[in-house]
Amino acid sequence: MSSTDISLHKDVHLGHDDHHDDHDHDQSFIEKYIFSQDHKVIAKQFLFAGIFWAVIGGLLSSLFRMQLGFPEATFTFLEPILGKWVDGGKLNPEFYLALVTMHGTIMVFFVLTAGLSGTFSNFLIPLQIGARDMASGFMNMLSFWFFFLASVIMFYSLFLETGPAAGGWTVYPPLSALPQAISGSGAGMTMWLVSMALFIVSQLLGGVNYITTVINMRTRGLSMTKLPLTIWAFFLTAVLGLLAFPVLFSAALLLIFDRSFGTSFFLSDIYVAGEALTHTGGSPVLFQHLFWFLGHPEVYIVILPTFGIVSEIIATNSRKPIFGYRAMIGSMLGIALLSFVVWAHHMFVSGMNPFLGSVFMFLTLIIAVPSAVKVFNWIATLWRGNINFTTAMLFSVAFVSLFISGGVTGIILGNSALDIQLHDTYFVVAHFHLVMGSAAFFGMYAGVYHWFPKMFGRMMEEKLGYLHFWITFACVYLIFMPMHYIGIAGFPRRYYTWTGFETFNKFMDMNTFITIAAIVAFAAQFLFLFNFIYSIFRGRRATENPWKSNTLEWTTPVNPGHGNWPGPLPVVYRWPYDYSKPGAPEDFIPQNVPFSQTQSSNLPHERDTE
Amino acid sequence: MIMNPELQAEQRRVNPLKFMLILLIVSIVMMFAAFTSAYIVRREEGNWLEFDLPAVLIINTVVLILSSIFMQWAYASAKKDNLKNLKIALLLTIVAGTAFLIGQWQGWGELVRNNVYFGGSTSNPSGSFLYVLTGVHAFHLITGLIFLIIVVISALKYKVHSRNLNRIELCTIYWHFLGALWIYLYVFLVLNH
Repeated sequence: MSSTDISLHKDVHLGHDDHHDDHDHDQSFIEKYIFSQDHKVIAKQFLFAGIFWAVIGGLLSSLFRMQLGFPEATFTFLEPILGKWVDGGKLNPEFYLALVTMHGTIMVFFVLTAGLSGTFSNFLIPLQIGARDMASGFMNMLSFWFFFLASVIMFYSLFLETGPAAGGWTVYPPLSALPQAISGSGAGMTMWLVSMALFIVSQLLGGVNYITTVINMRTRGLSMTKLPLTIWAFFLTAVLGLLAFPVLFSAALLLIFDRSFGTSFFLSDIYVAGEALTHTGGSPVLFQHLFWFLGHPEVYIVILPTFGIVSEIIATNSRKPIFGYRAMIGSMLGIALLSFVVWAHHMFVSGMNPFLGSVFMFLTLIIAVPSAVKVFNWIATLWRGNINFTTAMLFSVAFVSLFISGGVTGIILGNSALDIQLHDTYFVVAHFHLVMGSAAFFGMYAGVYHWFPKMFGRMMEEKLGYLHFWITFACVYLIFMPMHYIGIAGFPRRYYTWTGFETFNKFMDMNTFITIAAIVAFAAQFLFLFNFIYSIFRGRRATENPWKSNTLEWTTPVNPGHGNWPGPLPVVYRWPYDYSKPGAPEDFIPQNVPFSQTQSSNLPHERDTE
Repeated sequence: MIMNPELQAEQRRVNPLKFMLILLIVSIVMMFAAFTSAYIVRREEGNWLEFDLPAVLIINTVVLILSSIFMQWAYASAKKDNLKNLKIALLLTIVAGTAFLIGQWQGWGELVRNNVYFGGSTSNPSGSFLYVLTGVHAFHLITGLIFLIIVVISALKYKVHSRNLNRIELCTIYWHFLGALWIYLYVFLVLNH
């Protein structure tokens, strides 16, 4: 991994020196590209690490989908790779559980939290608010290296003899607390907890930096109501992380004590293999409360950054102002607030008081309101726009589609009565994979395609991008639409095989179909990977502002050097969405153009500021 | 590279480091909010061992409040460039902080003598929670002491004075926060026993 990093950065290095011959020479190679404190380099480090993890996470899902789609087949070709986890061509059931667990952990935390926020918050916050760098470059660097350490430990746990953690990404005790319950709860679980503790430290260091930078370091004229929606989204994401991750840390700490120090916070009256354990007085539901108090905001930590990215890309490529700018901010604030008071909708069947369930159901369904506001505004922005279908735009429009399809089933699952039937079935799996898995991935792809020119000074190949988009988009629906159906039919999630159940036999073909679609989708991502790496070195050279966009990052040189702007910082005069303004000679007016230069297009209330 | 007007603009705003410290304090607050709410939820479920809080805790509380007063005195001395008082006050703060930690350790010993254990077959979550709350607080207090020592070292090098208050100001905020956090925990424990 690190060797590719180094070679990838060489290209940046060339462009880098063109603009900043004067003050870059005193930095050594290691300071500049490995232990760098420059937000752009750190963003790329997060991006490369995120891509690495996404490949691993996708590979794991392909493995367990093969088991689900072809339960009778023997995969002898996997034996040389997976060793004793494949016995006579059959996946070991405990290994299957480990695959599911690690797929969830990697995708939710390492790709869609660190890879997404880490990349785009780091890259865009200073560039879009007109700052030289983050508030503390050192803490920012620490944030990446804590993440790197967490990654190394989590990656190492994949190769343990007893296997990585296998109790599900939610690591509910008592399963996760007792090594005698499942082999994955031994050393694998210990490493999972250590890795997550480091991960949380990394997220807090990063989040503190994002918030401080947005609040304190905006350039002259850039009030909070002139911020691009991306920055609002990253800001609120960081606030959510700051409030939610410490709670996960508390839960993890108590779990560590239960596992290694003989306490009984989550354990009580357990018999393993006919033998009574000494733990008494604990409450496993307590862990669920603590976990989901993080866990629910966590899904918004995953999706909020993409709200911002998609809003920005849709407005730019529709050549129209974003519809309802303040409503967009308001709905994000609403979602952020509500995300802290709905956690128990994950626990409707945990034996919780039904009255409490009704309260959480009510609060959960309210989230549909701000979500619908956002969807309406995106569609209204597209409405009669002069749309440029760039790859980023395609991914953004598809994001809206996936967000609607996945969000609608959220309303179904939010009902505590319906959840009794649907809980822990594939309906849930389909729901969250559409609304926070695929949608967040699409938002991330949109972001990469859109900001690639600013990151690497070159353009990504559009035709290959279209191919990547259409295969992925088709496959996502081919995977998850049938999955709703088998979920309603009662298929429970996390089961290694269903061949023992007579009722489920008639859905065999559907499972095979889903598996094939999933493997095609995974294979299509290598088109992206090829395009990404190829374009870094051989892509068409980018101009300073290839998408004719208004935000400040496009006023920097093609390859912004250390400090981002060679001269003084830009000054902001207007909001970032002056697209197709009547009377303006061009269809976009960047944020740093004063009203005195645009007299033909100024609105009555803007004339005072001329 | 950095333009002068920019520097001035930065100085007009809140010191970013101070802002960051406050955000870190928020995250610590969330951690203890999780512990104390877990405590309440778990207590409501029954099977909860009731025991007396160690008597030494009230003494520790007073010691920690004293240390906060010393800290404030140190800050005021730095502001008035009274460097002799600054050093005395800082050292007194460290002594009081260390005394608090020793007192907490005594408290744990008292718990063990009363057969209230952290783990093991005879432990109950009510006791374990007390160890976790005091232990995690003590951990943060140790980080506070390290911060204090850093400030003392820079004070010995004459780097803490009225025109260089940054470091001691952050340290004061953090130390007062740790005191306030302990008072919250103590009141919480007294009310829930």
